[in-house]
Amino acid sequence: MLELMQQIVNGLSLGAIYALIALGYTMVYGIIKLINFAHGDVMMVGAYVGFFSVSMLGTNIVVAMIFAMLACALLGVIIEKVAYKPLRRATRIAALITAIGVSLFLEYTTIFFLTPQQRIFPQGTFPVQDYSLAGISVSNKDIFIFISAILLMVILQFIVKNTKTGKAMRAVSEDKDAAVLMGINVDNTISVTFAIGSALAAAAGVMIGVYYNTINPLMGILPGLKAFVAAVLGGIGIIPGAMVGGFILGILETLVSGYGNSLYRDAVAFGILILILLIKPTGIFGKNTGEKV
Amino acid sequence: MIMNVFANRWGKLGAEILILAFIFLFVQYFITVGVFNQYHQIIITSLCINIILAVSLNLINGFTGQLSLGHAGFMAVGAYVSVVLTKFMGMPFLVGLVGGCLAAAAAGFVIGVPTLRLKGDYLAIATLGFGEIIRVILQNIEYVGGPAGIVGIPKMTTWGWLFAGVVITIATIQNLINSSYGRAIISVREDEIASEVMGINITSYKVLAFVIGAFFAGLAGGLYAHYFYIIKPETFNFLKSFDVLVMVVLGGLGSTTGAVIAAAFITLLSAALQAFPAIRMIIYALILILLMIYRPQGLMGNKELSVKILGKIWSGKNDAA
Repeated sequence: MLELMQQIVNGLSLGAIYALIALGYTMVYGIIKLINFAHGDVMMVGAYVGFFSVSMLGTNIVVAMIFAMLACALLGVIIEKVAYKPLRRATRIAALITAIGVSLFLEYTTIFFLTPQQRIFPQGTFPVQDYSLAGISVSNKDIFIFISAILLMVILQFIVKNTKTGKAMRAVSEDKDAAVLMGINVDNTISVTFAIGSALAAAAGVMIGVYYNTINPLMGILPGLKAFVAAVLGGIGIIPGAMVGGFILGILETLVSGYGNSLYRDAVAFGILILILLIKPTGIFGKNTGEKV
Repeated sequence: MIMNVFANRWGKLGAEILILAFIFLFVQYFITVGVFNQYHQIIITSLCINIILAVSLNLINGFTGQLSLGHAGFMAVGAYVSVVLTKFMGMPFLVGLVGGCLAAAAAGFVIGVPTLRLKGDYLAIATLGFGEIIRVILQNIEYVGGPAGIVGIPKMTTWGWLFAGVVITIATIQNLINSSYGRAIISVREDEIASEVMGINITSYKVLAFVIGAFFAGLAGGLYAHYFYIIKPETFNFLKSFDVLVMVVLGGLGSTTGAVIAAAFITLLSAALQAFPAIRMIIYALILILLMIYRPQGLMGNKELSVKILGKIWSGKNDAA
């Protein structure tokens, strides 16, 4: 029982990271119905910005995270304007293929300029300390990741629910054409969505850097795909769904590598994805809508 | 005079066989006399394998309109099963190849039946997931070497096998597309609801296309394994599927000749940029993005390059001169 609790606690920080990335997927999907394949790679860029901020500018990890979020917010807007905006009226397959192209572009441009080798965060970036609480050990690393992720989610929830921009985002995702008629600037709203989603991904990237201590140019692929699974699990396009999905996936994955075979860890996410797509494709929080002819 | 020969159905078939025999003997002669060295032969092998992959994925993605990102998974099944049959069980190469193809087709069936109910991007992700699951499973089977894979596979793939593989793949898929099955498959791509109303069982046609596509991906896998000496699960990850996707998209979704031309172009481009893998991938990425923005239908659209069209262009030129 104690060990199970321990595994669940271990899974929480991983789950928080997945949840943050999943939020970006879900927001973008909610607003332009595009699976932004490049989202995991935006996260990777964020991790690199954080790394250079720590190793070259000597900032602490919180400042590094803020730098990474600002840089990636900008990157997200540029990607949207250059690659996705011209395709807004194109087929979804075309948009998906473009997203794969953007993803490959980010990965291999990074490899080209920064070499494919992995980088290790400098010693002392985050002095790890373990605490013991009723027999369960928690490291300050996990606490840091968990608390900052929750903080970001609360801020996001506030933006979406209580600000004018958030209202515009919800309106555009509900009905783009009606939103235009109501005088909402759809282009700006979509850009803001990309900026927020990418900033969350960047924060997650720095967290992954703290969690695994190493970063490399292809680090975004798997967490990106898994976060997508988390978004589908919760119901794609639904913000609380992405959070719940992320935590469920993180905990399940930790349980599988804790009790079963850690080699199968990566298969878990895809197994869940296929199950959920077959049983309830709209996800835990999703509503079934009939197909209109 | 020549046009009359082509107009005749049997004459056309005869001409095609003559052209094919000529290409085969031409390359075979160059290999035998040593004009094509080891390096050239590797390029020719990759070229043929890529053509098989691109043409078969084009059947799924282009003609049927179902975006699949798991092609490398089926290639892996074909490669592993054929190697188990030839190397571990001592069967002849042909049995190994056919066994690999059938296993890949079976995998295509098992995966296709549940996933093809999904649409668009969901299907893309589900096939990507299945492709990755195949890879993870292979990594965990000790019998086939786990993550290290199988080494020391006898080299049995020759130009003859490759050529036969390419011809059989293209001929089967072209004939399928030109049959009533093919028309049903294309109608599924054009409008699922309308074709369902016309009495077409859309799921069964999707599965049919998926299984045939997987079958030939398995063929490509078998040929690959018996040329390059070593196979490991990592070779067949989703980047390999993306490779094939780039070829299909570049050639034009729904054009077999387009897929062949794009496969040739991409293979030669990779060979030329072998020393700079990062640049190669950046170029792939730019091809995908720019194509989707400026020419989403690819090089050929859904048109085919044929002797007739070439003849038209040729005579047009003659008229102008």
